[in-house]
Amino acid sequence: MTATDPYATTRDTTEGKVFTVTGQDWDSVVSGLDEEPEERVVVNMGPQHPSTHGVLRLILELDGENVTEARCGIGYLHTGIEKNMEFRSWVQGVTFVTRMDYLSPFYNEAAYCLAVERLLGIEDDIPDKANVMRVLLMELNRISSHLVCIATGGMEIGALTVMTIGFREREKTLDLFELITGLRMNHAFIRPGGVAQDLPPGALDKIREYITWMNRHLKEYAELCNANPIFKARLQDVGYLDLAGCMALGISGPTVRSTGYALDLRKSQPYCGYETYDFDVPTWDSSDAYGRFRVRLQEMHESLKIVEQCADRLEKMDGQPVMVADKKIGWPSQLAVGADGMGNSLDHIKHIMGESMEALIHHFKLVTEGFRVPAGQAYVALESPRGEMGCHVVSDGGTKPYRVHFRDPSFANLQAMPIMCEGGQVADVIVAVASLDPVMGGVDR
Amino acid sequence: MSDSQPENLPATSAASDAQTPQAEVIEQREGMFGVRGTGDTSGFGGLRRQVALPGGTPKPYGSWFDGAVDRLEGLAADGAIEKVVVDRGELTLHIKRENLVDVCQHLRDDEALRFEFCSGVSGVHYPEETGRELHAVYHFLSITHNRRIRLEVSAPDADPHIPSVVSVYPANDWHERETWDFFGIIFDGHPALTRIQMPDDWPGHPQRKDYPLGGIDVEYKGAVIPPPDTRRSYN
Repeated sequence: MTATDPYATTRDTTEGKVFTVTGQDWDSVVSGLDEEPEERVVVNMGPQHPSTHGVLRLILELDGENVTEARCGIGYLHTGIEKNMEFRSWVQGVTFVTRMDYLSPFYNEAAYCLAVERLLGIEDDIPDKANVMRVLLMELNRISSHLVCIATGGMEIGALTVMTIGFREREKTLDLFELITGLRMNHAFIRPGGVAQDLPPGALDKIREYITWMNRHLKEYAELCNANPIFKARLQDVGYLDLAGCMALGISGPTVRSTGYALDLRKSQPYCGYETYDFDVPTWDSSDAYGRFRVRLQEMHESLKIVEQCADRLEKMDGQPVMVADKKIGWPSQLAVGADGMGNSLDHIKHIMGESMEALIHHFKLVTEGFRVPAGQAYVALESPRGEMGCHVVSDGGTKPYRVHFRDPSFANLQAMPIMCEGGQVADVIVAVASLDPVMGGVDR
Repeated sequence: MSDSQPENLPATSAASDAQTPQAEVIEQREGMFGVRGTGDTSGFGGLRRQVALPGGTPKPYGSWFDGAVDRLEGLAADGAIEKVVVDRGELTLHIKRENLVDVCQHLRDDEALRFEFCSGVSGVHYPEETGRELHAVYHFLSITHNRRIRLEVSAPDADPHIPSVVSVYPANDWHERETWDFFGIIFDGHPALTRIQMPDDWPGHPQRKDYPLGGIDVEYKGAVIPPPDTRRSYN
């Protein structure tokens, strides 16, 4: 008996014949169709397929190579983060939100913290240095997120060099994150009231080195791709979506900017002091996947400009506070690097355990119970690498969020998948989805 | 501890330009640490706290709010706007559910309003607010005028129907499916209201307050840590 794949079988259902194809065995589908001609084939792409950016299931109805109907199946990465946050303190919420859109954690944290700060009424009390550090981290994060988008997008169409150099540069960015926050991902660094910790010694030098490195290497993407005939042939006129379509479907971010419209919340509704930075909002006018690539590429240069301005400002801010002065909100403990790595500052431990009973009580109350947030609701939106990242926070006046909802741009943008893919070819589906840059951790939350 | 004065009320936020809204009490909580009935010898069982959300704001609302609200009042049906809340610099309009689609149409199409961008809908469950347990909260952005507005629509638990605005804002398609999935709000007129995050055959709507979080004890080095929803909580 010949080897048969137990998973590659055929069965009849009321919907028609169902083939389970695992690769290398498309012959069985073709021969199966020969016996009993079907007018259409419905293919499940994913949920486990490397080019679906995580666990995204695309349901494609095919006529030969052409996609006649396309739909998304999502929810495979749903982890109940919004529900879980209702059972943790306000500060603990940061630890959850950073894990949603794992390629742009600082945007999740910043959106949540800005909303909590609006509810607390301390928006104007955030120290300047904390704001500069937030902008610095967010813009570094925009670079690392766009790099992953361009790198994986390149890999999916066979441009492997773009992938290898993309992840090389991303690694440099993550090294900076590790130096500043202690972690490469899931930082929980931006906290209600400021940031968790001051810049470590030597961080500014590392940021300068990084800017020099990026200025030298960001050019390579343009050289490899911009005029590459294969790259252009795969991306141009693929995943077309014009401005009217974007508005109707609530699409934001590089997809809107690729239609020629410079919609950017950093310019129109600035937060964290963005109005004081000098940068441009790049646009492209082709409304296709190639335009989105060019917009992202240009945005990385603009982000680098902002990072440079942040570094200049931070140089003059040595020793300034990074957390709001209100001791009833600011986290009592400070971190320090000890012999066994990052941990609570020994000075602080000495103070609460040996010197001041009141400080110990205060620390204990703030860490176990947390602070109360006046009742009400707030919606804060900021410009993440994928578009409008919105956070709707409701407080009942307690120590825990009553309800937190994230308007994740990946979730909203994925709704454009059908309109971008229907009528095109299967291979273009991959390019179109990659040009939307969905991150399933953010889509499913 | 027997006086009826509410305790632990959060400090009122700083007065803004607009008049401070009258708080609207939606719930009364008693006790502390989640202790119920007998067995509480801490004295905290007598604590009382009112849950009061910002209530309706009288005119004038300040900044561009007056013009927009007047304009919408003129366009929409009488009584469509139940309440206007200006809080923390954000404008919230409470809309009667039967008027929602009409109001959205005006918000999008009227030149003076022109909220062309819908950021989706988010559900909130207030189990103690009898007759208005389920809230659907919509956020809109006017790119033309660079403004944001929030619409809030409520429905009772017994009749969880709210009209769908997908015909006006197609962007709300998935957002309404998500809110149906998590809160059980039925958006009438939605083209295909199916679950989106949870599996199709999932029982219940997980983000409602009466839906348990779940979880198991975790033992670490001999100490047992209970699941988060059974830990000590502060009312």
